[in-house]
Amino acid sequence: MSGLDWLIPVVLTVITASTPLLLAATGELVTERAGVLNLGVEGMMLVGAIAAFAVASATGSGLLGILAALLAGAAMALVFAVLTISMMANQVASGLALTIFGVGLSALVGASFVGIALDPLPQLSIPGLSAIPVLGPILFGQDLLVYLSFAILAAVAWFLARTRPGLVLKAVGESHDSAHALGYRVIAIRYGATLFGGAMAGLGGAYLSLSYTPMWAENMTAGRGWIALALVVFATWRPGRLLLGAYMFGAITILQLHAQGAGVEIPSQFMSMLPYLATILVLVLISRDSTKIRLNAPACLGKVFRPAR
Amino acid sequence: MNLRDSLKRAAGLALAGGLVLAAAGAMADDDIKVGFVYVGPIGDHGWTYRHDIGRLAIEEALGDKVETTFVESVKEGADAERVIQQLAASGHDLIFTTSFGFMNATAKVAKRNPKVMFEHATGYKRSNNLSTYMARFYEGRYVSGVIAGKLTESNIVGYVGSFPIPEVVRGINAFMLGAHSVNPDVKIKVVWVNSWYDPGKEGDAAKALIDQGADMIAQHTDSPAPLQVAENRGVMGFGQASDMIQFAPKAQLTAVIDDWNGYYVARAKAVMDGNWESGDTWGGMDSGMVAMAPFTNMPDDVAKLAAEVTEAISNGTLHPFQGPIKDQSGKVVVAEGETVSDEDLLRMDWYVMGVEGKVPK
Amino acid sequence: MALRLERRAQHSQLMVTLSPVIAILLTLLSGIVIFALLGKDPFLSLYTFFVLPLTSLYGLTELGVKATPLILIGIGLSFGFRANVWNIGAEGQLTLGAIFGGGLGIAFYDSDSALLLPAMILAGVLGGMAWAAIPAWLKTRFNANEILTSLMLTYVAVLLLSYLVHGPWRDPDGYNFPESRMFSEAGTLPLLLEASRLHLGAVIALLVVVAAWVLLTKALIGFQLRVVGLAPAAARYVGFRQKRLIWFCLLFSGGLAGLAGLSEVAGPIGQLTPSISPGYGFTAIIVAFLGRLHPVGVLFAGLVMALTYIGGEAAQIEIGLPAAVTGLFQGVLLFFLLACDMLSTYRIRFVRQPAAGPVASVKPAAGEAAAQ
Repeated sequence: MSGLDWLIPVVLTVITASTPLLLAATGELVTERAGVLNLGVEGMMLVGAIAAFAVASATGSGLLGILAALLAGAAMALVFAVLTISMMANQVASGLALTIFGVGLSALVGASFVGIALDPLPQLSIPGLSAIPVLGPILFGQDLLVYLSFAILAAVAWFLARTRPGLVLKAVGESHDSAHALGYRVIAIRYGATLFGGAMAGLGGAYLSLSYTPMWAENMTAGRGWIALALVVFATWRPGRLLLGAYMFGAITILQLHAQGAGVEIPSQFMSMLPYLATILVLVLISRDSTKIRLNAPACLGKVFRPAR
Repeated sequence: MNLRDSLKRAAGLALAGGLVLAAAGAMADDDIKVGFVYVGPIGDHGWTYRHDIGRLAIEEALGDKVETTFVESVKEGADAERVIQQLAASGHDLIFTTSFGFMNATAKVAKRNPKVMFEHATGYKRSNNLSTYMARFYEGRYVSGVIAGKLTESNIVGYVGSFPIPEVVRGINAFMLGAHSVNPDVKIKVVWVNSWYDPGKEGDAAKALIDQGADMIAQHTDSPAPLQVAENRGVMGFGQASDMIQFAPKAQLTAVIDDWNGYYVARAKAVMDGNWESGDTWGGMDSGMVAMAPFTNMPDDVAKLAAEVTEAISNGTLHPFQGPIKDQSGKVVVAEGETVSDEDLLRMDWYVMGVEGKVPK
Repeated sequence: MALRLERRAQHSQLMVTLSPVIAILLTLLSGIVIFALLGKDPFLSLYTFFVLPLTSLYGLTELGVKATPLILIGIGLSFGFRANVWNIGAEGQLTLGAIFGGGLGIAFYDSDSALLLPAMILAGVLGGMAWAAIPAWLKTRFNANEILTSLMLTYVAVLLLSYLVHGPWRDPDGYNFPESRMFSEAGTLPLLLEASRLHLGAVIALLVVVAAWVLLTKALIGFQLRVVGLAPAAARYVGFRQKRLIWFCLLFSGGLAGLAGLSEVAGPIGQLTPSISPGYGFTAIIVAFLGRLHPVGVLFAGLVMALTYIGGEAAQIEIGLPAAVTGLFQGVLLFFLLACDMLSTYRIRFVRQPAAGPVASVKPAAGEAAAQ
């Protein structure tokens, strides 16, 4: 097995780089599927990150930190939902405003947490199984949030494809007027989807501040919220492709760092462009069949729902 | 109350506030206001954080004779000049601008405000009321290199770089020369993350380097993430800007600390005493601007050696860039008995022998 | 009794005028609360934020400097947003405009030709258009969503600029630091006012506002945009060519973003540096919607947005408010401004519920009764 030994740490690194993207993007996917476009992911992630860090370092409990991140992300999303769903403010602009707000809020709260260290979330190694060569450490040596990211994505995929509430949610995103006419509670469903998106963004932030780099520093998301947003589009609003997108982006980011270390003599700026270019390229390949794509972009995405009566 | 009234009221309040300030200012003529322009947030725990500690040192040392102001997260570009100008216009006597990208903006504002003193970090443009200052961090990196050269078993050092600018290249070379002084087999692998500050990516770069055999991690980016990774992966590393031992109690060997306190207090005091003069300060260990965190997690003999090297650099008997120095091709570019001039250090864009890869140009 | 939103039969002109005022009053109110909680004098804080920057000529000119790129980009984006073309990557187009126009300025750094500046402006516009043409082509040819492509290309553009100023376009006399030569006098936008930084770009922005207004109200393309925005189905029925509209919107907004980039580097910056925009391309998205996608609205929204940035700086300088608070407050301000949009389209009314309704059992509070 020694030939594959180098691969294990690389895969482990790819997993940690992809998990925050996957968590946040899974939430945004549900939000967008219900027809709500929330561009405030970056802000919600930051607030989630500081909430998780603050609570975990005060209580010593990573689980409480995770819970705090879920609530904080959802609270941010609630602000957005009140603005855009109840008060019918423009979603795109409100989402950007939410990010500005979140950057400020997290920095304000986080001021007293700068420079404090925190033990990372424990890895849940399963005795016996983690010792299996190659697959063991990859499959059975991760922390809680990595497993959660897969579990939640699977649950979302199942929910959207196989359950009645999932179909209703998609119907709301496709045509809120028809859904409303059929008696579905468009507003309540959109609130639910938006709050779920916020909670997941908070969870993505928690992964950053509790596990990926266990610390708090201002703006520590460094644009990951935007990548998560782009990945939802990349995935053409399908959970399976989201997994592909998040891991492809994470893998290329890591591999270009490896290539640099191995002495590939291409200016590093061009190496850093690779994940973005690859995402565009693959999207083009996926999108070429125009009939398939139209079925997936929620028709009411970003549109204000105004109940006729 | 209509809008106009409320505006009047606010204006009145502001006027009153201004009068109070003015009255406070009138109490003593030698009271000064010192302004700081930061490129990052003070909560970055890196570059900006250290400058803000320097600002607090001024307040500590000079007490109520000084008032300090800072503007954080000022983007390099068009915004900088306005912020600097506003500081100059609002009665600041001394203004520190703490990023290279503020150079031209600082120079322009300095020209327009001849009575205000300016201090620009890391730049090279000076005038009667514009000083420059920076620190010889490469001295500390040389010491780090010595430690790494002694302790590495794989003979591969992983170096997380931000951008390929002379300051960073100089640091890599100094580290390499320090390592080679005790171990001719060491090599440095460099990975650029194209950011000063992205904890996740910095950590990922450190992981990639460890996966490629590095058992020592050095960094020229701002966050403790690479050091945390070293701790996690059971290799050793060096802190950046601050003592980061709390982030890596088992992995940090030492850290090169930015210590602006002494310089900032001295310059503020000079303005207060009326003897501030424009100049170019490039302070090293002897000035206290560069300090080493305690040598930890290493055998006593290595710690002793590191302390000796530090001492030798401090008292001037050792210059990290003294010949013979070979470039990557093995050619001697600095002969024995010579040292690289400050001018050449400032613009350094080539690697010494042992660093892998090419300086991106 | 309950609160209910009712759609107005038509836009209330009174509320269109009044809603920003209401938003501002609410913002002031929340500002008082926020600042008081942080132990700052609320009135002084608000004064510093909103009035102080306007009390000096320098402050006013800086408002123009800061608003110029926001208005230019906001105008361009507002056209696309009307037609549901989601160009999120204006920041990248701005960067390419700076690279194209600035590249010319670097190549002819010692020129004093009167043609240099016009050529740089043209190159800037073309650079932005070229970068926006990529999402347009990918959208029309391969159906690739422009939200993703334009956003991803922003990162690519910024890295490209970083490569150029760290490498081939470095100032040869600049000790290998990452910045280009300064542009010559002939390659710099002339100042409108001595001792200020207000430059020709501000005039160009105003002209663009007028031109956009004419285009929107008088030209066929403006008519198409309005129809597509209001009734996409009708637009398809009439047979507007969707692809042409996409190309137009992206090239238009890309060109204006490129112009904004050029006017930044040939204006207040005067050279190419690794960071030329503090996110104007993204902020302009807010500006476009705050201005209700109308050219004149964008003009005012750009000024308001610029004021909040300059006010935030003033608040840091004058009263030591941390940047975090100014960001937070800016967010709150935007929330109110965006939310109050609703008041022009809807009115809040107290309505009696049917007797059987569950709400009827709740006794009206005194205040509500009085409101009747």
